[in-house]
Amino acid sequence: MDDSKAIFLKDATVNAADGDQRAFIRKALGGYYTNRDLQKARYRDWERARDAASMAKWSAVNDLANVLEKFVGNFERNGGVVHWARDAAEARAIILKIAEDNQAKAIVKSKCMTSEEIHLNDALEKAGFGVVESDLGEFIQQLRGEAPYHFVFPCMHVKREAISELFTKHLGTAPTDSPEELTMIARRHLRQLYVDADIGITGANFLIAETGQISITENEGNARLTAALPRIHIALSGIEKVVNHLDDLSVLLPMLATAGAGQPMTCYNTLYSGPRKKGECDGPEQFHLVLLDNARTRILADPEQRDALHCIRCGACLNVCPIFKNIGGLAYGTTYQGPIGSVITPHLRGLKQWNHLSGASSLCGACTDACPVRIDLHHHLLHNRRNATKESPTLFDQVFHHGFNFVIKRPWLFATGGRIFRATLPLLQKLPIPYMGAWMKTRDLPKAPAQSFRDQWKNQNV
Amino acid sequence: MSDARSDIFARIREALKVKAPKPHLKGEPVAGKTSAVAKPWLPDGGESADASLAILAEQLAKLKAVLIRVPDQAAAAKAVAELATAKNWQKVAYHGHPLLRPVAAALPCEAWEADASFEKQKLEGCDAGLTTCESIVAQLGAILVSSASSGGRALSILPHVHVVVAEAGQVVPDLGSALALAKARHGDQMPSMLSFITGPSRTGDIERILVLGAHGPKELYLVLVG
Ligand code: SF4
Repeated sequence: MDDSKAIFLKDATVNAADGDQRAFIRKALGGYYTNRDLQKARYRDWERARDAASMAKWSAVNDLANVLEKFVGNFERNGGVVHWARDAAEARAIILKIAEDNQAKAIVKSKCMTSEEIHLNDALEKAGFGVVESDLGEFIQQLRGEAPYHFVFPCMHVKREAISELFTKHLGTAPTDSPEELTMIARRHLRQLYVDADIGITGANFLIAETGQISITENEGNARLTAALPRIHIALSGIEKVVNHLDDLSVLLPMLATAGAGQPMTCYNTLYSGPRKKGECDGPEQFHLVLLDNARTRILADPEQRDALHCIRCGACLNVCPIFKNIGGLAYGTTYQGPIGSVITPHLRGLKQWNHLSGASSLCGACTDACPVRIDLHHHLLHNRRNATKESPTLFDQVFHHGFNFVIKRPWLFATGGRIFRATLPLLQKLPIPYMGAWMKTRDLPKAPAQSFRDQWKNQNV
Repeated sequence: MSDARSDIFARIREALKVKAPKPHLKGEPVAGKTSAVAKPWLPDGGESADASLAILAEQLAKLKAVLIRVPDQAAAAKAVAELATAKNWQKVAYHGHPLLRPVAAALPCEAWEADASFEKQKLEGCDAGLTTCESIVAQLGAILVSSASSGGRALSILPHVHVVVAEAGQVVPDLGSALALAKARHGDQMPSMLSFITGPSRTGDIERILVLGAHGPKELYLVLVG
C-alpha cells in the first residue's frame, strides 16, 4: 500500500472514532448552516444564480488562452509585473528572487491556499526571511506548526483552551477563554508587523480580464493591510482564477460568501489594479503577480473533469461532506481537503497515490448540490475511481472483471453460480475473503432469497 | 529552454483542442456578460430609492454597522462630533474631501488630513479614519471605497474605527450597478484599489464564534446625508 493511503486509513480510522472531536466540528458548523440558509433565502432564485456563476467560470476556463492573455495585457498596462511559473519550484524561485533583489527582511502574508500548495513559507524561512501569517486562523496554525484543517476555516478544530495555551507559550500573554480576547491578542501582536514588513504576499480569488484587476476576498482586513502597508505587494494565483468581466463579480462575490460562510458578502472584497498610482497617497511601489500552472493544465486537458477548474474555493462542499465531518481535514494529507480536494489532488500529485481519497466517499452528492458553480463533484470521484482502475488495475480488478464478463455472457453458468452463491452465502460471512475484510468488518450480509430473481419472475412470484 | 509563459500557453491551447460540455443549467441560458443587466434571481436591492434605503438599513443592522441618517451637512458634522465626544477620540485622520472638511473642522479633538504623506505609524495611532466613498450597495450593505476617493488604501482599514460620510444619492440598488458605476467613472484609469466594505472587520476563526474587529476597524459608521 502506498504511504499516503496507509497514513490516510490510519488517521481516518482514529478520527472517526473520536466522538468528542466530531461533536465539536458539528457544533462549529451549526451556525454556518443556519446563516447559509438565511442568506440563501434572500436569493430570489438560487438555482438561476448558480447557472450564472457556473457559466461565468465555464466561459473563461474554456477560452483560457484568450482570456488570460487579455487579463495579462490589462494588468501590465496598469503597472503590475507578471511572472509565470510552470510548477511550484518555479513559483518559489520567483518570489525568493523578488525578496532578495529588494533586500527584504520581514514578510507578512494574508491567507493564500496556493502558497500552501507550493510550500512557500518553508522556502522563505530556509532562505532566512521572517514570514508571518496574518489571517487569525493561519496565524494559529503557523504557531502550531500544522497545516490548515479546512481551506476556509483553517483552525476550526482547535479549542479555545488550546489557543490560549499557544498564545501564552509563544506570545507570553495571560490565559483567557474568551474568543474575543484571544482575537485581540493576535490583533495587537500583528499590527506592528504590517507596519514593519517590506513585502506583503496575498492570494487572489478572481483575475478580471476586462480590467486587469485582481479581486481578493476576506473578512478580517488582514489582506487589506497586507496590500496597503508594505512597499512591495506580491500576489500568487493559479491561472484558472481568471474571469471575463468585472460584472461577473456581481454574481460570484455574493455567492462565494453565502455558499462558503453563510454571509451576504465577506467583509472586504477588494480589487487591485497595480501599485500606488500617481496622486495616491499610499500603497506599494511594486505590484507583482505570480501566475501558476502546477498541473492545472492537466485538469484542463481532461474535458470530463475540466469543470473542477471552476472552483472558487468557497469550502461549501467540505462543510456538507459527511466524510469531512467524520475524519476531519488533516487526515486528507492534502492542501485542498474535502470533495474538491479528493477530485483535484490526483491530478496535482498523481492518481495512483491519491486515488484512495475518491474511494472515501458515500457518493451522497451533498457536495454537488452545495457547489455554487455546479461542479459535478461526486461524479468526478467516480471518474477518478474508474481512471485509476484503467491506469493500474489490481489483480482483483482483473480477475473479477474478466470472471464477471465470462459468467454474465453464459446464462447457464450464471444460474448455476447464483444457486451456489445463495447456498453458501451464510458461510461467506465467516470466511476471510481477500479484499472484502474492511467491508465485512462493519456490515452483515443480507439473507439470501430462496429463489433467484429469474425464477421468481418465471413463477410470477414477484 | 523555452520560457514558462509560452510553455503554459502551449499547454493551454493543446488542452483546449478537445471541447468540454456546458454545465447542466437548471434555467434558461443566462447572458453573463453585459454589465448592469438586471439579475432578478440575486438578492433584492430595491426598485425605488426608498426601497433601496430600507434594504440598506436592514442589511447594515444585521452586519452590526451603524447607519446615521442626517438631513444636511451641518447635521452630519454635528453627528460625527457627538460620536467623537461619546467615544472619547483623541485623534481622527481624514481625507481632504469637500464633504469631509467641514466635518473634520467641527471635531472636538485633533483632526489630521492624512492625504499628503504616508505615515503608517501615525495613522495606526489614530482612533478613527474619516472617509467618503464611491457608492453604497443596498442589496448587500456594502460600501465601496477607493484609493482615489477615500484617501488611499490605509485610511479605511488601519484606524480602529471607520466613519464614512456619504450622500443618500450615492446609494445604488445592487453590486452590478456599483461595478458599472465605477467603470463608467474611471474607465481604464481605475484607482489602484477599490474595496467593498461589508460591516466592521470580523473573524470566526476561533470555534466559529463571531468576533468583530479582527484586524480592521471594530466599528463602522455610515453617516448618510439627505
Ligand atoms: S468545489 Fe464548489 S463547493 Fe467545493 S470549494 Fe469549490 S466552489 Fe466551493
